[in-house]
Amino acid sequence: MSAAGTLTATRPRSGRAVSFLFFAIALALIVATPFLPNYYVRVINSLLIYILLGIGLNIVIGYAGLLDLGFVAFYAVGAYSYALLASPQLDLHWPFLLILLVAACLGAVTGILLGIPVLRLRGDYLAIVTLGFGEIIRIIINNMDWLTGGPKGIARLDKASILGIQVARPIDFFWLLLVTVLVAGVLVWRLERSILGKAWAAIREDQDAARGIGINTTNAKLAAFATSATIGSIAGAIFAASQRFVSPESFTLQESVLIVLMIVIGGIGNILGIVAGAAILMLLPEVLREFAEWRILFLGLLMIFLIIVRPAGIVPRSFGPDKLIRRLFGK
Amino acid sequence: MLGNLIQQTVNALTIGAIYALIALGYTMVYGVLRMINFAHGEMFMLGAYVAFLLLTMLIGDVGAAGAIALTAAFVVAIFVVGIIGVGIERVAYKPLRNSTRLAPMLSSLGVSLSLVTGIQILAGPQPVAFPSFFPSVRYEVLGGTVSSVQIGILVAAFALMFGLHFLVNRSRIGIIVRAVSESRPTAQLLGINVNGAISMVFFVGPLLGAAGGILYASYYGIMSPTMGAVIGLKAFTAAILGGIGSIPGAMLGAFILAFVEVGGTALLPVVTHGVLGTEYRDVLSFAILILVLLVRPAGILGEAVSEESIVYKREF
Repeated sequence: MSAAGTLTATRPRSGRAVSFLFFAIALALIVATPFLPNYYVRVINSLLIYILLGIGLNIVIGYAGLLDLGFVAFYAVGAYSYALLASPQLDLHWPFLLILLVAACLGAVTGILLGIPVLRLRGDYLAIVTLGFGEIIRIIINNMDWLTGGPKGIARLDKASILGIQVARPIDFFWLLLVTVLVAGVLVWRLERSILGKAWAAIREDQDAARGIGINTTNAKLAAFATSATIGSIAGAIFAASQRFVSPESFTLQESVLIVLMIVIGGIGNILGIVAGAAILMLLPEVLREFAEWRILFLGLLMIFLIIVRPAGIVPRSFGPDKLIRRLFGK
Repeated sequence: MLGNLIQQTVNALTIGAIYALIALGYTMVYGVLRMINFAHGEMFMLGAYVAFLLLTMLIGDVGAAGAIALTAAFVVAIFVVGIIGVGIERVAYKPLRNSTRLAPMLSSLGVSLSLVTGIQILAGPQPVAFPSFFPSVRYEVLGGTVSSVQIGILVAAFALMFGLHFLVNRSRIGIIVRAVSESRPTAQLLGINVNGAISMVFFVGPLLGAAGGILYASYYGIMSPTMGAVIGLKAFTAAILGGIGSIPGAMLGAFILAFVEVGGTALLPVVTHGVLGTEYRDVLSFAILILVLLVRPAGILGEAVSEESIVYKREF
């Protein structure tokens, strides 16, 4: 942290320019979105969903240092919560906010359920078990036709409404997602700086030493899994409400991997990095849409290139939101 | 009943042999670099495509290829894929050797994505019919049917695995690879050409994977750009199950997985009275994998690495 800190301190001018650029782009995007055609609003919405997922997964990977390759399982739990509780499938039509709450609780429970067995595992083995867990959830969803509609998925989900205000157009979801991302971002950022966040950092750096100084690593890890799963599940519920259709197609291993990549390319352990990573991985294919399948090839090659050139990500870990604010207001 | 048992056993052995060929690549790479090579499934896919391309170049009409042409295409294709594997290591993984452990894994994901879309662009995304590499004759053995294709696959796969066993345990190259796998820094201190050993692993692994791909495509008579994803995941599971980093473990894991799959397909609906259909066989495979990992994190034959070791610190 200190090394990177001095590095940026030696060239505050460029750092400040970058900060302003970052801020200006974000602000311009937010202001411009209501005037964009629906198609672009949808693209921005999916970008926001991925940022939300990134914020969630980053708790486990970036803060606690546990590689989770089955994150979509929680995303699926949230999405199917909405799909089952607000559709003709079971003929239930619960209000959106209540489902959000249920999804958050279910997410936390699934997170802890996954967390308990894998507490003993580390590194690659943890990655593999979480990967297997994600696949199991997907296969179960794919095959429980009577409940989840199997590969066909569940269609005709209810339109969401919050306290009587209908949330149906892409732009409505844009505001909903923006607020959710901001709230989640601030909460998680504060959480990282809390005593729990410091316990996570200790586990990440050296688990044995962390246990040695009296950190309850079991509880800290479970807390990481639960918080991350809650955010993933909420993202899933909002995703289902905005698509008004869910199917197992959206919850493949590739999706988990994409979120991990987003975090790593952007800058692991850093919320600003997630935004940058999501922007690259989500917006680039849109920008290059006219090149059809070549864009995926390009994306793959870019992935290799970025990881080789900047293995620690585009935004350094030390350059968090606090630095950005400090840069902006000239301290 | 006996006939059915024999037939299912041969089915499981055939698919297990193919899994084993691929699982070996995962385990060897993990052995020397402690890296999960997500692009390995694509070597399997490339094998089939390169062999197909060679056959088309050689004799135009793929379906009418003779035994010599087929053998030649098989041998040349696996060597070509081996060389591609070495090239990929040089470009995409070598610069990351001293980076975090996550970096090469993610780089391999990039490689995987690029290869799949590359082939999709070059050869089209649709599945292509693949010629059989063995004459198709069916034999009746005690009431069960065993095809010559299955026997051919078993013979080819076991020949390759025996070759690998010889290479690793009896040759000088094998000693070097095992030394690097044991401890890279120590091997380096002893003057062993570490880069050479790593290149060797990235030659042999994709070579075996490609052989698996050709055998698989000729078994099912079809190939597609995305065929590596599912089989790659299965073979990877097998490698973990047997104990990643261990060569006999990969083979054992592959056969266990194949028997669980075939047995699960046949028995799950019967045992659960139709509650869980054959489609749950993959759930069964993953459940067994997770159980094994929870009881024995190093896998069945893996060396019980002390979990508190230096290897596991500072991964990200």
